[in-house]
Amino acid sequence: MGVWARYRLRLKRKALRFRAFRKRRELSVVADRSRDIAAADILVATVLRNERLRLPYFLRYYRDLGVKHFLIVDNGSDDGSRDYLAAQKDVSLWTTSASYRDARYGIDWINWLLMRHARRHWVLAVDVDEFFVYPFCDTRPIRALTDWLDVYGVRAFPAMVLDMYPKGPIGAEPYREGRNPFEIAQYFDSGNYTIRKNPTFGNLWIQGGPRARKMFADRPAEAPSLNKIPLVKWARGYCFVSSTHMLLPRGLNRVYDEWGGEKASGCLLHAKFLSTFPDKVAEELQRREHFAQSREYIAYAETLKDTPDLWCKWSEKYINWRQLEILGLMSKGNWA
Amino acid sequence: MTVGFVMMCHTALGRAAQVARHWAEAGCPVVIHVDRRVRRADHQKLIQTLADLGSVSFSHRYTCEWGTWGLIAATQAASAQMLERHPGVRHVFLASGSCLPLRPVQALVDYLDARPQTDFIESVTTADVGWTVGGLDAERFNLRFPFSWQRQRRLFDAYVWIQRCIGFRRRMPKGMVPHLGSQWWCLTRQTLKAILDDPDRALYDRYFRRVWIPDESYFQTLVRLHSSRIESRSLTLSKFDYLGKPHTFYDDHLQLLRRSDCFVARKIWPRADRLYQTFLSAADEDGPRAEPNPGKIDRLFAKAVERRTRGRAGLYMQSRFPVRDRENGKTCTPYSVFHGFSDIFEDFDIWLAKSVGGRVHGHLFGPGRVEFAGGESVFNGALTDSAAIRDYDPRSFLTSLIWNTRGERQCFQFGPRDNQDCNWFIATDPNAQISVVSGAWAVPLWRRKGDFSDLRKEAARLQKIETDHLAILRSMYVKARVRIWSMAEFIEAPMEPLQAIIDEINPRAARRLAEVPKLADLTGFGDFLQSLRNQGMQPTLVGDFTAGAAPDPTGSDRNRPYLVR
Repeated sequence: MGVWARYRLRLKRKALRFRAFRKRRELSVVADRSRDIAAADILVATVLRNERLRLPYFLRYYRDLGVKHFLIVDNGSDDGSRDYLAAQKDVSLWTTSASYRDARYGIDWINWLLMRHARRHWVLAVDVDEFFVYPFCDTRPIRALTDWLDVYGVRAFPAMVLDMYPKGPIGAEPYREGRNPFEIAQYFDSGNYTIRKNPTFGNLWIQGGPRARKMFADRPAEAPSLNKIPLVKWARGYCFVSSTHMLLPRGLNRVYDEWGGEKASGCLLHAKFLSTFPDKVAEELQRREHFAQSREYIAYAETLKDTPDLWCKWSEKYINWRQLEILGLMSKGNWA
Repeated sequence: MTVGFVMMCHTALGRAAQVARHWAEAGCPVVIHVDRRVRRADHQKLIQTLADLGSVSFSHRYTCEWGTWGLIAATQAASAQMLERHPGVRHVFLASGSCLPLRPVQALVDYLDARPQTDFIESVTTADVGWTVGGLDAERFNLRFPFSWQRQRRLFDAYVWIQRCIGFRRRMPKGMVPHLGSQWWCLTRQTLKAILDDPDRALYDRYFRRVWIPDESYFQTLVRLHSSRIESRSLTLSKFDYLGKPHTFYDDHLQLLRRSDCFVARKIWPRADRLYQTFLSAADEDGPRAEPNPGKIDRLFAKAVERRTRGRAGLYMQSRFPVRDRENGKTCTPYSVFHGFSDIFEDFDIWLAKSVGGRVHGHLFGPGRVEFAGGESVFNGALTDSAAIRDYDPRSFLTSLIWNTRGERQCFQFGPRDNQDCNWFIATDPNAQISVVSGAWAVPLWRRKGDFSDLRKEAARLQKIETDHLAILRSMYVKARVRIWSMAEFIEAPMEPLQAIIDEINPRAARRLAEVPKLADLTGFGDFLQSLRNQGMQPTLVGDFTAGAAPDPTGSDRNRPYLVR
């Protein structure tokens, strides 16, 4: 990569950060408890809308992993999410009714919050329906992972999105508050992913899984990206470029080994396909606030119309992270 | 007689205090060195925590940056203090703040009592060490290292470079042979005293001040001058990875550590509550146990390092995406490609499945759809039969298929009508077994009724594609096992080549082929080829078929088991 291309990326990074800085006006504080953040705390940052039903389990899951503080942007919820979150002692909450799309699908807000509150912290940027799984997550808290990454001077940790789905029609078993969503959505696709490298940003672009299989079978190029880098040791000057798929400076995207070895990686179990899904699709089709004119949601609606069953004979039932490691979806790297 | 512990601490002082208390309460004196860079308040707190223990003392503080002389200065000071204040100490054990005793102190004392003259210190000559990181082993002793590797990397590298360029070499003190080894040792009073009181110590110290990472060489080298009996191994279980960083132990290593029978392990994650709780509780009875045996832990960490450096062959994933030719195995297990066979044999896949017992697919790369075995629409790993998805990234498709079916041999048909994007990849993959009957594509073409000029055009197209593919398969870069026959040549005597292929797939099968795949009826095929020629299209890849006469497919018309002589 030449000097000029590198300089252009630098300009892009500056522009994105400036954009995030301007977008701060759209956020108004509901509860700012960021003073409580201690020096080595691990943070979660997320943007959500009408996720009241999912929140209790989401918060519990990450608290159990050892996350100490949540930075949350509520994008105009009207189902009580805001009040629920404002009452949580470890949540700092901002609210906005501005356009999700104009904030580049919320990532400008996240960039701003991280700029303000996450410097020198490990931060996990996830959606409310994404659950972070990493090597040894059943026996070691997330702090063990970040301490280990610190020893090696690693600044970012990848976790591919793994779409989880139930057997049978998507809405068949209703999701109840506080319940582990993966008791319902137990299945995933284990080996139908395609990978290519993005030459500009240096990240990998991963597609596949049940969404590509069922909803984008005839136009796979449009299937949603599954690569994510959610766990970052935030420092001044960093920013997410497009969702949490890639970051700048581009060195942060080099989370994979190119010389045959395996670096450590995790997965984000994606609990999208629950009973809440049909309503969500209907709502998002109205709002049109999602990526690429919400083409994903149009495809979802199509699928929901005729065969809402993503399960197939070769779907793998989720057991634990070791299973994902053996299947080659994630790796322990040299962590033992 | 007892053993005294010298502890080098710089972080997690709370844990260090816990361990120091454990040792002190078991009757072993402890001297603690705290890195000068630790804040005063933290240091004071540590002193206060341990104030009630008479046998714990603190030594003069030095700045202990990694790989610098400070560590040795600190060790010298602390050891001297230990020898001076505690005359009852016969062995001095050097430990760090993140060490954890795995067996009761009494077990260690007994072990050392049985070996009163032995110095436990890993000490090997530079020529024999395989683990030095950064390529500097002999040069550690020959060059000067005044700059910090961690803080002044550029100066460090530049200075090394300059010294190499001008051919600078330091002169070593007389009689000294450089040795390296783990920095965690356990020496006898006698040896340690001899090292510290050596009349030439000033000379050695001046020399080692500019050696890189002297904590891995100072005592290891000098002990060779003074010790009568060296056991070249460390009593501390401490494993380093390929970057020279120590592996860390967590709560889930509890059983592993317990069974290792080592005395002390490092390094322990400071928040591993269960480890500290278990191993520091006095209740742990030490039965008659064997020598330290870290074999299992060695294997665990060796595997981890191998995973990091070589990875799993044939796996492409989010954190392993090797550049071309650095894959350590393009695919994970052997597979077979049959080019043209399904065109000249009837039900070839059924026959093949019977003969080799693997999974036999149709044209995986065929146009229209992926022909999985048994006509399945979804296959292992939830791969679909959508040609669009496959053609989006054929290489991913192939590697995923092979990865998903590890342990079962995959065979598939191929031909010039199929997607050709993977040809180079397969040809350069040592796992691939490619068998080609060239020109076989003409058979289905001949069967097809239709406008002859269209057929002719199609024949030209297929022949061009196959010629290109054959050029790849005959290039010097091929790593696959490739066999090529022209069609005419092959149907002369099909069984011998088939037997060779099957034997290679399934070398332990005792039986010879009992059944012959049924050769398609080729009456009139020669005429078809002749009309192609007459139309100006030369079918070169088929081989020599004479017009008019049907070829004589030896064996195919005889309906009995075929025997190859």
